[in-house]
Amino acid sequence: MNYLIEVKNLKRYYKVGTETVHALRGVSFSIAAGEFVTIMGSSGSGKTTLLNLLGCLDTATEGDYYLEGISVKEMNKDQRAMLRNRKIGFVFQSYNLLPKTTAIENVELPLVYNPSFSSHERKAKAVEMLENVGLGDRLHHTSAQLSGGQQQRVAIARALINEPAIILTDEATGNLDTRTSYEILSLFQQLHQEQGRTIIFITHNPELASFSSRNIVLKDGKIVHDSLNTNIASAQEMLLQLPKQDD
Amino acid sequence: MSVNFGNLFKIALRALSNNKFRGFLTMLGIIIGVASVITMLAIGQGSKRSIQDQISQMGSNMLSIDPGMGMMGGVRQDPSSMQTLKFADYQSIVAQCHFISAATPVVNASGQVIYGAKNAPTSVTGVNPDFLNIRKYSIADGEMFSLQNSKQLDKVCVIGHTVDSTLFSAGENPIGKIIRFKNTPFRVIGVLTEKGYSMGQDQDNIILAPYSTVQKRILAINYLNSIMVSATYESVADSAKQEIVSILRANHHLSDSQDNDFSVRSQKDLITMLSSTSDLMTILLAAIAGISLLVGGIGIMNIMYVSVTERTREIGLRMSIGARGMDILLQFLFEAILLSVTGGVIGVIVGIGASLMVQSLFAWPIFIQWYTVFLSFAVCTATGIFFGWYPARKAANLDPIEAIRYE
Ligand SMILES: Nc1ncnc2c1ncn2[C@@H]1O[C@H](COP(=O)(O)OP(=O)(O)OP(=O)(O)O)[C@@H](O)[C@H]1O
Ligand SMILES: [Mg+2]
Repeated sequence: MNYLIEVKNLKRYYKVGTETVHALRGVSFSIAAGEFVTIMGSSGSGKTTLLNLLGCLDTATEGDYYLEGISVKEMNKDQRAMLRNRKIGFVFQSYNLLPKTTAIENVELPLVYNPSFSSHERKAKAVEMLENVGLGDRLHHTSAQLSGGQQQRVAIARALINEPAIILTDEATGNLDTRTSYEILSLFQQLHQEQGRTIIFITHNPELASFSSRNIVLKDGKIVHDSLNTNIASAQEMLLQLPKQDD
Repeated sequence: MSVNFGNLFKIALRALSNNKFRGFLTMLGIIIGVASVITMLAIGQGSKRSIQDQISQMGSNMLSIDPGMGMMGGVRQDPSSMQTLKFADYQSIVAQCHFISAATPVVNASGQVIYGAKNAPTSVTGVNPDFLNIRKYSIADGEMFSLQNSKQLDKVCVIGHTVDSTLFSAGENPIGKIIRFKNTPFRVIGVLTEKGYSMGQDQDNIILAPYSTVQKRILAINYLNSIMVSATYESVADSAKQEIVSILRANHHLSDSQDNDFSVRSQKDLITMLSSTSDLMTILLAAIAGISLLVGGIGIMNIMYVSVTERTREIGLRMSIGARGMDILLQFLFEAILLSVTGGVIGVIVGIGASLMVQSLFAWPIFIQWYTVFLSFAVCTATGIFFGWYPARKAANLDPIEAIRYE
């Protein structure tokens, strides 16, 4: 079987002064296309470190990482930038939209660094992506004119526009209230189930484990649990069960 | 590697329009710098041109022969060396020189000129009739004195317009009137056509008299103050100069090891001499203006550093979605260049405006050389690249992980 992601004995050490911090102490796993993986673990367990490696933002101290069969270790900075541009979509906890910039312009940003798209194509695609995340009526709103949940949707649309092989999210619901969190989760579930997207969803919140197809738990830089989830809960149903907001 | 300059331009434009007032303040340094460079050069070039114009108005074929070695490094010369030019030298030049069309001896006497109750400080210049031809004067009224007058040491004179209007009341005909200079009565026989100012001197404040009258009757000297000649054509001025040098060296019995005890200067020499001082002025003015451009550049560098720090998260985000170091570098470099070039464009406009204002308010001659305008643009772009480089490189070298988490 060909895996989308293959990680073999990945280690990442940080040197802080004379001490060495072992953020990842050798993790190995493979992820196939179409999986929705939640990576959990307490604070400091190495989740963000792992995500940075998977997202080609960082390189491992030791071990191998293959993305679509290609070893990332051998790549230089510019090649990794290109890889991020073509293969990876990031969604961060703090949405990281550009200020004073409209939703469309934020969403088209990854394509600005891909010369094969004309400005017209970029616009059209950005509109399509925004409609995809339910923001068809907020195309020309700037970041400051959008709610937190809406900003995160814009960020998701931005992560989707380059048709990435994987979507990497780090605490994507961390800044949102319960209802909005479920809305965003439901959006990811929809992308996974309806469009077959591969998603790696990092959270420190164990309650979110039941919404994905696979759970990995990190502890002190090591994988302590890795299991498939056959009984996937629906975020949409959770939303309906929430107490009605009094308007 | 592919770079889309349209995108870069849009990104830079947006970043600047998000901070319009700050951008304007930053550009102000460049605006002032460029505007002062343009204005200074316009004034410098203008005065140089007007000096050149005035010199050629004086007669571009003219050569002047002065006693002494000329100003050698500003050292004052022995007064006896100032008496080396004699009338015989003039005669030799007239007799032997092939390349001249006119020549006159010159002696100067300064003092008061008196007519009735009116008087004026001026000088009487003793010359031959050729003087008119050499210095491009002409007679407006009456007539010029002749060589015959010279031979007879006649006390006749021709006066300039300024002298006419100070000594004589309006409507009074000066022809035939007697004016007194150093107790010597001179009969006015002609009035010169008005010539105006040249290099700060009133060319109409002049009294011409036969050289012999001035030399013998007023000054009682046996030498000349200078000799003026006109080369046949401008193109033979240098040949005429060489001829005169060898004639005078022979006349003065100078051996090969001795320096000239006179100097021959063509108008070209004069232009070169005066231009070199005005060029020096221009360089100084431009240097001062250049310093303000430098200060403007430092302003840009400063604000670009601030901008990079402020937008660290944006840089991190752009990198995480696939911007290469080069993309980030160009983005900030472009922004710096846009700032400096926009400042430059405004500076050029302000500079041209200021030059025109100087011209119309103070009646100073100005001359805008278009190459200075293009040079300003080039310098502005270079300033932008130079001062934008380090901040841009700082941005490009940021670590995306740290940048995106930057608070
Ligand atoms: N740049 C760095 N330099 C030194 N140590 C680091 C660096 N980044 C992370 N670490 C250390 O590596 C360990 C793992 O950090 P990481 O950010 O991956 O944790 P996390 O699981 O994402 O935690 P959280 O849930 O709080 O975000 C921590 O002990 C942290 O202090
Ligand atoms: Mg983390």
